[in-house]
Amino acid sequence: MREISVFDVIGPNMIGPSSSHTAGALRIASMAHRLMDGPVKKIRFILYGSFARTYHGHGTDRALLGGMLGFSTEDRRIRDSFRLADEAGIQYVFECNTTEQDVHPNTVKIIAEDRYGKITEVVGESIGGGNARLRQINGVSVDIAGELQTVVVQQLDTPGVIAHITQCLYEEGINIAYLNVYRENKNEHAYSVIEADGELPASLAERLKKIPAVLQVNLIKL
Amino acid sequence: MRNFKNGAELLALCRQTQLPISELMMQREIKYFEGSRDEIEDRMSHAWEIMKESVREGQTEGNRSMGGLIGGEGHKVSARRMQGRTLVGETVSKAMAYAMGVLEVNASMGLIVAAPTAGSSGVIPGVFCALQEDFGFSDDEMVRALFTAGAIGYLITRNATVAGAEGGCQAEIGAASAMAAGAAAELFGADPETVLSAAASVLGTMLGLVCDPIGGLVEAPCQKRNAVGASNALVCAEMSLAGVESLIPFDEMVEVMYKVGRSIPYELRETALGGIAAAKTACELCGRCS
Repeated sequence: MREISVFDVIGPNMIGPSSSHTAGALRIASMAHRLMDGPVKKIRFILYGSFARTYHGHGTDRALLGGMLGFSTEDRRIRDSFRLADEAGIQYVFECNTTEQDVHPNTVKIIAEDRYGKITEVVGESIGGGNARLRQINGVSVDIAGELQTVVVQQLDTPGVIAHITQCLYEEGINIAYLNVYRENKNEHAYSVIEADGELPASLAERLKKIPAVLQVNLIKL
Repeated sequence: MRNFKNGAELLALCRQTQLPISELMMQREIKYFEGSRDEIEDRMSHAWEIMKESVREGQTEGNRSMGGLIGGEGHKVSARRMQGRTLVGETVSKAMAYAMGVLEVNASMGLIVAAPTAGSSGVIPGVFCALQEDFGFSDDEMVRALFTAGAIGYLITRNATVAGAEGGCQAEIGAASAMAAGAAAELFGADPETVLSAAASVLGTMLGLVCDPIGGLVEAPCQKRNAVGASNALVCAEMSLAGVESLIPFDEMVEVMYKVGRSIPYELRETALGGIAAAKTACELCGRCS
């Protein structure tokens, strides 16, 4: 069990009104935003459970949009995120799904398209106290909190990729705290999620991308 | 230093080291989270600055909540005090008015510190700002007191819960009020036993309070409960400082609170299905209930 910090109790510093419906929602969107390579153009948010029922009064919609605009949970611009998204030419729509029962009560699916037409789809859960977890990336089940320095590598499911990744981390002098590999079907796309102690250098992404089986690398530390 | 997992271990450590709770919480943070003392102090000072700013913002008339149920109440209470007509006295009036204002800031998508939660975010800033104004404590003293509050919140989080969905309002406002009471007692020179006694008294006096927000929003009755949590913190700190100790030790009281929390029906734990949320007028106000 991770120890409880004084800042878990005196914190997080956040835009209200609800740690789970506002701050946690924003963290999901922030992670989605960081998984995108290109500038965001269109976003579809599908809200489930309590998110679907109370999103308006909790400003969950503004928080989600704020996360996709790259704002932190402390950013006062969250209140104005509709206007700021409009000004940035971003199209967005919120849909509610109140029929799906088999989901965590505070779940959102984000389907985002960048300027080049590339689509990133994530499912995230706001699990309380402003914390959140990503549960799916592009249909592949994952479990990512974004609390430590985290690298998400999208890769082909072929032999040798993990060896390459760990070699790169070794060469950069990075100590791995957790390494998880997620995939849906054999020989298709897989995701490696590496959580590390200390800072991750920018050079890591370039090093990882040197082999063709590594398709995309994103750093999602929040 | 050793970690402490409950109030008894914390008090033993205080006796052994002759250090106050705030200092032991700081040392624990340094040990377990790999930060330097300066970094941790800076981070807490930043939280304190946000708290003070949220109190200032909350005293204006213009805060309208997202759900439209609250706005301007903190200002009203302060206006009456400024006319010299306060019933409860300066410090309590300030603490409650500030706590209410911070809830308005929170409900209108302003910046607050969740302490321990967003729904209870008014209590600690309310109590702390009132005490600083009326008794002249320095910012350094207030920041140190936040570590005392943090220690109490940590122990409640670790051994029970601070989530309304799990333990009702007694867990959220109860924890915030216990944290504020302990910190207030330490500010006025109480020894560690007295600090935890004040916190235990708070938990005992707020036992059973349900979480029943109208429309599921963090607005009403949350705002008034923040006011009561703030004033209750001062009442319980006053009792402890006067030597009126909690008969039940802190650890047992935390356990009692947790047990009571788990026996609160689902309808009364943040689901907005029971209590005030299910009152006829509440349904009309939120316009969603059938």
